[in-house]
Amino acid sequence: MSLTMFLGGLQEGLFYALLAMGVFISFRILNTPDLTTEGSYTLGVAVSAVLTVAGHPVLGLLCAFLAGAAAGSVTGLLQTKVGIHPILAGILTMSGLYTINTAVMGGKPDVTLTKTTIFNKLYEVFNINLQAFNRDRQAFTMAKEITVLIVGAVLALLVLALLIWFFRTHIGLCIRATGNNEAMVRSSSINAGGMKVLGLAVANGCTALAGGVMTQSGGFATISNGAGVLVVGLASVIIGEAIVGRRGVTVGLISAILGSVLYQCLIRLATSLNIFPAYYLKLVSAVIVAIALALPMIRENLGRHHRKGGKSHA
Amino acid sequence: MLELRHVTKTFAKGTVNEHTALRDVSLTLQDDDFITILGSNGAGKSTLFGAIAGTFYVDEGEILLDGKHLEGLPEHKRARAVGTLFQDPMKGTAPDLTIEENLSLACNQTRRFPLAMAVQKKDLQFYREQLSAFQMGLEDRMKMKVGLLSGGQRQALTLLMATIAHPKLLLLDEHTAALDPATAEKVMAITVQIVREQKIPTMMITHNMGQALTTGNRTIMMDAGQIILDIAGDERKEMTVPKLMTLYSGARGKELDNDRMLLSQ
Ligand SMILES: Nc1ncnc2c1ncn2[C@@H]1O[C@H](COP(=O)(O)OP(=O)(O)O)[C@@H](O)[C@H]1O
Ligand SMILES: [Mg+2]
Repeated sequence: MSLTMFLGGLQEGLFYALLAMGVFISFRILNTPDLTTEGSYTLGVAVSAVLTVAGHPVLGLLCAFLAGAAAGSVTGLLQTKVGIHPILAGILTMSGLYTINTAVMGGKPDVTLTKTTIFNKLYEVFNINLQAFNRDRQAFTMAKEITVLIVGAVLALLVLALLIWFFRTHIGLCIRATGNNEAMVRSSSINAGGMKVLGLAVANGCTALAGGVMTQSGGFATISNGAGVLVVGLASVIIGEAIVGRRGVTVGLISAILGSVLYQCLIRLATSLNIFPAYYLKLVSAVIVAIALALPMIRENLGRHHRKGGKSHA
Repeated sequence: MLELRHVTKTFAKGTVNEHTALRDVSLTLQDDDFITILGSNGAGKSTLFGAIAGTFYVDEGEILLDGKHLEGLPEHKRARAVGTLFQDPMKGTAPDLTIEENLSLACNQTRRFPLAMAVQKKDLQFYREQLSAFQMGLEDRMKMKVGLLSGGQRQALTLLMATIAHPKLLLLDEHTAALDPATAEKVMAITVQIVREQKIPTMMITHNMGQALTTGNRTIMMDAGQIILDIAGDERKEMTVPKLMTLYSGARGKELDNDRMLLSQ
């Protein structure tokens, strides 16, 4: 695996770590598969792209988070206020977001970002240009790549720290309890519906932030950016858990980041070794997630066969 | 003081399954009352608790707790004043949260700022004292996930959670029925102790007739959505299980039918 490939995996893995943490919140903490993810990711892309073009890249990231949180709230309200099945609620929001996202991008299917992304701003701040590097193109590219890497790492760690803190606060604990034992929460004085809405808001805020920073890094936004990201997030969470194990929220969030980085590196390795063509990626990811989710059931079945076998011997 | 005035609840109204589970029930619970509730299967005992706790809204009637109307409030708004325990020990606690996190949830609904730390050092000593009263060793395992505890330990913790924030009413729905006899006895002893110390008005559903007559100060019996017997004082002191059975069949013209009813004194 070449260094640039590894760097690429690390960069995108750190950006997608925001998505993985968002998916961890909905899938593990709230205990609901949230299909809003695909739409809210693209919403983050669209909001960030449009504001970047308007010259406000940092505001773009902030608004991406808020817009994603709003989208998550809509799904939450559909679930809790009108009693729509969680999966259907997510599908409805995702579907509706397609129109909203297109509208945000001014009715166009894609937007090219001008030179005002946070990355370009940082290149300016750190004086990263060809002249400063004495026309050494390789050193210049490397400085750029490392800047991208640092932005990804800082953002991922910042969001990680905020989430760890949040889920230790009183309200964060109420959200965790709601995902863990909803019956208990409903018969306590906690507003279970409100906690679900809040949890989905935070989850989709993180997801949209991932879309927002990813589009500024790539310099290009399209309406189809979010297709398949839910499986990417799930795969990251599951790979992280496979390595670290399933423990509390703090460990879970950290392992989501690790899983995301690992997943991005692995798929780069697999495509570079020509194990499969790039367009197989979605199928491979889906199969990985399906197998990982099936594992507990498979283990249980194996156990049952063992016990059966034991009995016939006795 | 809890007052139920002409409370009626019909499930599945207008369908073939229509069933009136509470029929014009009126009941007054004084502040020093500890009522035990008996009745055959499907008599409406749990439905009575559901009506008070707000699991559903009643069709007719009023429910007042210390003069405040409850019947229009959603469940979570009544929960601050009404502590409830069910038969299933899994129901009342969050298994992936630690003991101290569960206690923090129960303690801090009214007083804690939402973004303050949930578990704070200054609370731990208080939790420890409360837990050590159970003599189950829980006070040394406060960082343990509740899912790892036994049913009896979980039910004891649930009891603490239901009473730690000083509710105005405690509802116990066969809360020891799923436990082994020794554990059930222990949890029952803790229950009586907490109710006595905190002076919480309490209602307890039980299928143990002997226990119903010896625990608390008042016993009611339900059948077909109505209260058919309400005894206290000397009348209750002189009551025996066989007498109770006769009273029941006299009032209803049928045998008391509860597959889990314990007839022993
Ligand atoms: N949510 C519900 N929907 C329909 N019927 C119910 C519901 N809850 C209770 N019932 C019915 O109401 C009657 C009383 O039930 P319940 O109060 O649970 O009896 P118990 O005295 O054994 O606790 C039963 O016939 C039961 O089937
Ligand atoms: Mg019952």
